[in-house]
Amino acid sequence: MKILVAVKRVVDHTVRIRVRADETGVDTANVRFSMNPFCKHAVEAAVALAEAGHSSEIVVVSIGPRQATDVILTGLAMGAHRGLLVEAPETLETLAIARLLAAIVAEEAPDLVLLGKQAVDDDSNHVGQMLAGLLDWPQACFASAIARTEEGLEVTRERDFGQDTVALALPAVVTADLRLNTPRNTALPMVMKARQKPLETRPAESYGLDLAPRLTIEKVTAPPERAAGQRVADADALAAIIVRERAELELN
Amino acid sequence: MAILVVADHDRGMLAPSTARVVSAAAALGAPVDVLVAGEGAEIVARAAASLNGIARVRLADAAALRAQPAETLTPLLLRLAGDYTHIVLSAGAVGRDVAPRLAAKLGLMPVTDIIAILGPDRFERPIYAGNAIQTVHAPQPFQVLTVRASAFRPAGSAATSASVEPLEPEGLPALVRQLSEARTEGDRPDLATARIVVAGGISVGSAEGFKMIEALARALGAAVGATRAAVDAGYAPNDWQVGQTGKIVAPDLYIGIGISGALQHLAGIQGARRIIAINTDPEAPLMKLADYALVGDLFEIVPLLTARIEATQG
Ligand SMILES: Cc1cc2nc3c(=O)[nH]c(=O)nc-3n(C[C@H](O)[C@H](O)[C@H](O)COP(=O)(O)OP(=O)(O)OC[C@H]3O[C@@H](n4cnc5c(N)ncnc54)[C@H](O)[C@@H]3O)c2cc1C
Ligand SMILES: Nc1ncnc2c1ncn2[C@@H]1O[C@H](COP(=O)(O)O)[C@@H](O)[C@H]1O
Repeated sequence: MKILVAVKRVVDHTVRIRVRADETGVDTANVRFSMNPFCKHAVEAAVALAEAGHSSEIVVVSIGPRQATDVILTGLAMGAHRGLLVEAPETLETLAIARLLAAIVAEEAPDLVLLGKQAVDDDSNHVGQMLAGLLDWPQACFASAIARTEEGLEVTRERDFGQDTVALALPAVVTADLRLNTPRNTALPMVMKARQKPLETRPAESYGLDLAPRLTIEKVTAPPERAAGQRVADADALAAIIVRERAELELN
Repeated sequence: MAILVVADHDRGMLAPSTARVVSAAAALGAPVDVLVAGEGAEIVARAAASLNGIARVRLADAAALRAQPAETLTPLLLRLAGDYTHIVLSAGAVGRDVAPRLAAKLGLMPVTDIIAILGPDRFERPIYAGNAIQTVHAPQPFQVLTVRASAFRPAGSAATSASVEPLEPEGLPALVRQLSEARTEGDRPDLATARIVVAGGISVGSAEGFKMIEALARALGAAVGATRAAVDAGYAPNDWQVGQTGKIVAPDLYIGIGISGALQHLAGIQGARRIIAINTDPEAPLMKLADYALVGDLFEIVPLLTARIEATQG
């Protein structure tokens, strides 16, 4: 089967971000960017399916500024075959991203689209579900295991009560949770080889879609600070504090 | 016009999140209906009908809705959308699955994981694992929203129950077949809405070690949580994970045991009123954040705490 993997360039998950003093957003100047962690698990899942003989073509797509080329190269170094950069401003909403991906699916005709379950900048957790909706495809979100079967896929999903396993026919959309696999590290020779792989660039406007924003972000603020705490001497003192706190709870 | 809240339920029980979503929806300023969609969900519908502040319950009972799949719920909600200005779900697994699919079908942006409602089209939501809060204005003709249940107080119960009106959920598509469920059996309260949470980290060391965490939780009537590291190590089930990728909790009291306090974990506990931390390392981020921090070995401290607390309740 042919697999399309969508990957996003985000502020690296280890960076402690700062809100701009004028409340217009988060300061992203001079911070490290990398592939969204959940997307790494999606790429790994695609490459693992190919290695098991279930796929012969993996296309990695990213929508964003020119610098998003880096995360496509990461995907190619991990083992994807071909890259597509859709050049667009960083501020596209998830509906616009899903519409662009639906247009790409119409052109590429993949059997499976793999995405991360959420991007750790906006923490939206939208695009996979939106894409599946636009395509009227089945979706298996928050996947922690994927198996190829005769009829399509069996996917284990993280649910509020634990996990469940569902069967779905292809074509389908699957979004990756962190327990799906362990993404491989890319050794230098793989990175060098990735540069030889085909990588196409297209402007977002060329798809002729309505990408206009629906929302306005009026401001971005830092969360309220917590009051300073205190050191407790020993377990007895802590037990007394817990008993007191709980008694207060029962009064409320 | 009116607002439709989609009830959360599991195995014939209304989830505690629904009362909180109903009270959040009431702040939107229009009458609230509740949809119960499932199979054999009559009892759930009656439980929902007893919540304060709702106009009526609509019950969609069909075999195809048993596991509440997004591919089946979305067309049902599209049929009902004409009667409403807002569809509101909790930001749990079902809400996260359904809301974006539904919004995309309507050509709209969903606004998800809302922690404050400032008006019918103005909301606050966290980004960057809760390290920043966005104020979103959504000038759309229709809104699809998910709310973080723990950020809202639950609606009480009504003096007289609302009516339950059955729908005819025929001809709904079923694209996904559920094969099996793996559930965490236990007697602890619902983690996402618990008033006390006792959570353990990787340093608890084993599933056996988590029995000790559970014993403390039981003594306190608390829910049990865990870090991703503890879940990945197989010491705790996945539905105990608290954090950016797990459950978001907002208890009155959160006790973090052997937890470093990585920012992805802290994302899940920002709404906690009081935080207690136990760690051998006084410099651990959670120790610095905590209202009360005890430096020491969890294996010595936790059994002592449990014994002391059990003793006070005789
Ligand atoms: C995209 C992404 C999403 C993530 N989502 C989540 C999430 O939702 N939830 C989550 O929890 N994590 C999440 N993580 C992982 C997170 O970054 C941390 O790795 C994890 O929270 C660490 O767990 P921990 O505190 O148990 O382990 P550690 O960070 O290893 O800390 C262990 C602590 O135990 C202390 N300790 C050791 N021995 C003892 C003892 N005997 N007594 C007392 N204290 C002791 C140590 O001093 C240390 O502070 C995510 C990571 C990524 C990249
Ligand atoms: N700009 C983008 N380019 C490519 N893929 C994206 C983009 N934004 C989101 N995605 C995909 O959608 C997933 C979920 O993102 P989100 O819905 O924004 O939280 C991500 O993990 C990616 O797989």
